[in-house]
Amino acid sequence: MSNAAGTATQKRRGASSPLLKRLRRLTTVLFSIIATLVGLLFITFLIGRVMPIDPVLAIVGERASKEVYDAAYLSLGLDKPLVVQFGVFLQQVFTGDFGISRLTARPVSDDIIRVFPATLELASVATVFGVLLGVPMGVIAAVHQGKWQDQLIRLFGLFGYSMPIFWLGLMGLLIFYGILGWVGGPGRLDVFYDDLVPVITGMILVDSLIAGEIDIFWNAVSHIILPASLLGYYSLAYISRMTRSFMLEQLTQEYIITARVKGLSEHAVIWRHALGNVMIPLITVIALSYANLLEGSVLTEVIFAWPGLGQYLTTALLSADMNAVMGGTVVVGLIFIGLNLFSDFLYKIVDPRAR
Amino acid sequence: MTESTNNSPSVTDSSNLRAWLTTETPRSRFQAKMTQLYSGWQSLRSNPLALVGFLILVILILVAVFAPFLATHGPSEQNLAMRLAPPGSDGYLLGSDEFGRDIWSRIIFGSRITLMIVVLVACTAPVFGLLVGTVAGYLGGWPDMVLMRITDIFLAFPRLVLALAFVAALGAGIENAILAISLTAWPPYARIARAETLTIRNADYISAIQLQGAGSLRIITGHIWPMCMSSIIVRVTLDMAGIILTAAGLGFLGLGAQPPMPEWGAMISAGRKFLLDHWWVATMPGLAIFIVSLGFNLLGDGLRDILDPKGEQS
Repeated sequence: MSNAAGTATQKRRGASSPLLKRLRRLTTVLFSIIATLVGLLFITFLIGRVMPIDPVLAIVGERASKEVYDAAYLSLGLDKPLVVQFGVFLQQVFTGDFGISRLTARPVSDDIIRVFPATLELASVATVFGVLLGVPMGVIAAVHQGKWQDQLIRLFGLFGYSMPIFWLGLMGLLIFYGILGWVGGPGRLDVFYDDLVPVITGMILVDSLIAGEIDIFWNAVSHIILPASLLGYYSLAYISRMTRSFMLEQLTQEYIITARVKGLSEHAVIWRHALGNVMIPLITVIALSYANLLEGSVLTEVIFAWPGLGQYLTTALLSADMNAVMGGTVVVGLIFIGLNLFSDFLYKIVDPRAR
Repeated sequence: MTESTNNSPSVTDSSNLRAWLTTETPRSRFQAKMTQLYSGWQSLRSNPLALVGFLILVILILVAVFAPFLATHGPSEQNLAMRLAPPGSDGYLLGSDEFGRDIWSRIIFGSRITLMIVVLVACTAPVFGLLVGTVAGYLGGWPDMVLMRITDIFLAFPRLVLALAFVAALGAGIENAILAISLTAWPPYARIARAETLTIRNADYISAIQLQGAGSLRIITGHIWPMCMSSIIVRVTLDMAGIILTAAGLGFLGLGAQPPMPEWGAMISAGRKFLLDHWWVATMPGLAIFIVSLGFNLLGDGLRDILDPKGEQS
């Protein structure tokens, strides 16, 4: 994303030695990362400051005397100019200190570390779904471009784009949990399995296997399968569409004709040669959709009572727990930026043409 | 998009009209515009899915306009004797909710809210994005750097989380939800507009206007904006579905439209409590959201094929 600006600047400066060029590009990238980070923090900071909630009252309570109120006001540093407050905020963030959550009465950073694995688990399983189904669907759509298979897959994807995820979640619960009883209900485990597995990674699927508790593992599977497949449907829609468009591009290339002329089977031409080359841009797409799942998971987590980052953030928002809101927003933003950068970076490593 | 019904005096019958619309040598600016519209309509017609999307949106607009005539009850009219009546019960086509309000009528009136959200966001976010993108692209240099950095920062946030945070800061309510969505929706337009501007900036016709002494403002608004329009329109149409879903999501979390407004997302949220016993309360408004955003997606998909065949990869 940030590369377009970078290349434009380089064009104007003209070509110099390759090393200098690389250094320049590195500084541009670094500068843009830092600017984006600071901007992200600034917006979060502003949101926290303009919230119509008095942070002092939240601490001292409504019946505090004037002296107590003033003392808390000073100790929060609210008398200082906004710029200084922002500086203090930056300093705190870089030391990983987001303050104490009013709701849980624990440091926000601890809370986030505790809830994040649940989100990660959900998003990862969902991405596996999305990739395993989305990539083959995209390939099939491209191979049968314009035919009924293509139309069907396109429609299937558009359906995914068009459904409110919280509604789809409710419908899924209604049908597969309420009526058919095929899956576990909301939450990560049945109540009587709670807290039986020692927390190692925080991801129950992994932890239960480490502890050798197969029953708990299957129970966790029955709980994660519905939210993960619904979330996965969303990334599937995106992944299959992008796969299709990348494949269409590859299938017109000359090396495909060569492969066919050599007498390779159609299967090998499509699934090995064309798809092999599509894999490179596809990695970026998958990374992006992984990042997007964090967003989709906010509503899914609320529906499925999934104790992850999304639910933490919405609960904090609804109860005006400012520190938690800011901490959660910063973390989500950081992950988003991180994954974007990572996909850019990955792209450059696997595809020498992009360097 | 609509079939042009032109009343030029020279046109007497339909074959004449068609000839007038398909001519290779339009005589007036108006005719050229109509020819373009007609060929657009022709390609839209050849794409059944896009046509379905177009029809859904026409129906949405009609429903919103004629809501009082289509609804059988008032949107907030309560009848506690008939609470949670199943679909098809006497006078309640789609059933009733926990206050005995008719779900069908609430959905009908809710279409006005959805349409309002869509129109307000479509009138603000793309315009702002267009402004930022074209100014950045045309001026280049440090304005470009600064504007694009800001765009990137906004892009770095997941949309829903940013909208959530904005609404939390501004206070819950439909106006603030719309504002928050607009604030989160503009960056992609800025990127598109900038990319388009960069390809146009060095075109000969821009140099010609520059030589005539036109200022930056005039060039951007008069000569660059029109060129960005088609890709912006495609993007707007495709985005609308996402905007409807975000608005519904905010309503669902209780941060958007407040009760008793018949907003579809808030209706689903209310029905969530009775999901297993009274499924229709949450199901029906969800279907409405689904149909409308599908309409936008189908139309946007078709429009992209027509206006911007290479857009799929961006």
